[in-house]
Amino acid sequence: MSTGTAPSGIRFDGVTVAYGGTVVLDRLDLTVGPGEVMALLGPSGSGKTTALRAVAGFVRPAAGRVFLDGRDVTQLPPHKRGIGMVVQQYALFPHLKVKDNVAFGLKAQRTPKAEIPGRVAEALELVGMAAYADRHPRELSGGQQQRVAIARALAIRPGVLLLDEPLSALDARLRSGMLAELARLHRELPDVSILYVTHDQVEALTLADRIAVMDRSRLQDCGTPEELYRRPRTEFTASFVGNANLLPVTVAGEGAVLLGDRPLRVPVEAAAPGASATLCVRPHLVGLGDGPNALTGSVTEVQWRGSTHRVHADVDGHRVMADLRELREPPAIGDPVTLHFATEDAVLLPAGAGAGDPAGVGP
Amino acid sequence: MTPTSTATGATTTVPRTPGEPAPAATAPGPGPARSRTVPAWVWALPPVAVLALAFLYPLALVLQQSVTPDDGGGVSLDPYADVFASEVFRDALTTTVWLAVGSTAGCLVLGFVLALVIAFVPFPGGKAVARFVDVFLSFPSFLITLALLFVYGSVGMANGLWTDVTGAADGPFHFLTTPWGVLLAEITYFTPFVMRPLLAAFSQLDTGQLEVASSLGAGPVRIIRQVILPEALPALAAGGSLVLVMCLNEFGIVLFTGAKDVTTLPMLVYSKAILESDYPAACVVAVVNIAISVGLYSLYRVVSRRAGA
Repeated sequence: MSTGTAPSGIRFDGVTVAYGGTVVLDRLDLTVGPGEVMALLGPSGSGKTTALRAVAGFVRPAAGRVFLDGRDVTQLPPHKRGIGMVVQQYALFPHLKVKDNVAFGLKAQRTPKAEIPGRVAEALELVGMAAYADRHPRELSGGQQQRVAIARALAIRPGVLLLDEPLSALDARLRSGMLAELARLHRELPDVSILYVTHDQVEALTLADRIAVMDRSRLQDCGTPEELYRRPRTEFTASFVGNANLLPVTVAGEGAVLLGDRPLRVPVEAAAPGASATLCVRPHLVGLGDGPNALTGSVTEVQWRGSTHRVHADVDGHRVMADLRELREPPAIGDPVTLHFATEDAVLLPAGAGAGDPAGVGP
Repeated sequence: MTPTSTATGATTTVPRTPGEPAPAATAPGPGPARSRTVPAWVWALPPVAVLALAFLYPLALVLQQSVTPDDGGGVSLDPYADVFASEVFRDALTTTVWLAVGSTAGCLVLGFVLALVIAFVPFPGGKAVARFVDVFLSFPSFLITLALLFVYGSVGMANGLWTDVTGAADGPFHFLTTPWGVLLAEITYFTPFVMRPLLAAFSQLDTGQLEVASSLGAGPVRIIRQVILPEALPALAAGGSLVLVMCLNEFGIVLFTGAKDVTTLPMLVYSKAILESDYPAACVVAVVNIAISVGLYSLYRVVSRRAGA
């Protein structure tokens, strides 16, 4: 299936949205390139869904402009924007059969009647739902309904596809399968720009070309998944994109920091000696036993996770997590333990609120 | 041996021999012990007796009277033949049906539009208006008619304003005593009965559907026609059938408008029974009225069951 439309991008230019006196999206500047998948990742209330709704036209910005394919659409009503949209609860029209749901947008856009059946079949084929064309939504499972919702959005051949937490209503197994389906769809439709709102870091890391991390109504960080994961620029990004040990340190000199009195060798860029900073080390990059940057402490918790053990340790009053390949003889709570990490696996971040807490979300 | 339940619900456990089946779950009822000793039909007896005495017996009397001519002679369908042959009955039947159908259609259109505005167009005081709809349902029908009389009656505000401004002896508004006045009063009074189920249905509607429809290119009219209306149909059918039955049986509104030329079936029952003391004829008209109401209700049940509502 070709998209049938020229590649189209999205641009937020200082977009602010407020409800009453409460700002729910604060001066968002962000560009989604043609054919790019941009994930808006953040916790509840971070403003990510508001940003998506501003693109769709369901909220009117108090300030700033929204551009689609270079065209200012800020004042344009939703039905004139030509956007495909998939929402969390599918929002299929229950009284219409699958094929009529998919045809809805084509009819609304006055596509020639003779063309509609072919376009519907094409869209359903794309999501593997051609055999269900004559069923009603109530006769489908959650995953099947979501496929139909995607087919309905793609049938109008939009330049921009908005996905608002599309997998959050599915169970873990279905979600994993749909994630692969979405990745395949994007490979088959390389011209469609996708804005993908999620609070799930795995979805964002798997699908997105770039991730925009949002918190408290603001864009906190933006970059490729690898950049954000390997070289986060803020504590929030480090903690929200993957799990992280965030340790408060003091810069001791070139390539050295102090965790309390404990010297550690880490890459230090442009930080004055004596300055406070936060050291970020991913749990899976922390090893057990002696080595460079050794951290000795005592075990406070051990979690078996099938292929790995997560060991929590108290190191000079700081909690450190280590994800270790399944141990034959895991340590017991209270045992002394030595952990270590390689210099090149650590990232030094500007000190900020919440430093010292082993942050992280997800498994 | 089985565990023994006491009337208070406390259970005394008695050991069972191995292999002995567990006692069956206690059937729902007023009390575990009583439900075993008193047959279920005994519990049904009091409400059925009250229902029979208060409703079925008078209804049977009406039915009996409708087949008992004044001149005696046992059971006869002569009263039906006489009533059906009379022009006043046919006029009343026609007037009743067209007023009921017209009022229902008006209520459906007006109620749908008003409910749409209240549910989907945010405006200051919208919630208060929605709550007022609930209060409105408790008003007696004559009150609305009385209010309309104050506004559009022969000596009402509208005519008074007209005569004040123009100096004419009489105002132009005299429609309240015509069938159109009854129609206006019935639409005014019964519209909230359509709005209530519609507002409930709209509150259940997934707003995501409206937003997705809009993003797919559908304008407001198409969204109303193809998304909202189909989902509102069961509520419209429920409200519409209720209004239709109530309009068929409406008495107070017709009486209070003072429309002498508007005779509906309930008005005919009144005039036959109270004014003319012709009880068999009054009972015949009443039976016809009941038959129409029950028939329409049955039709609604059949249609709504087939529609899966």
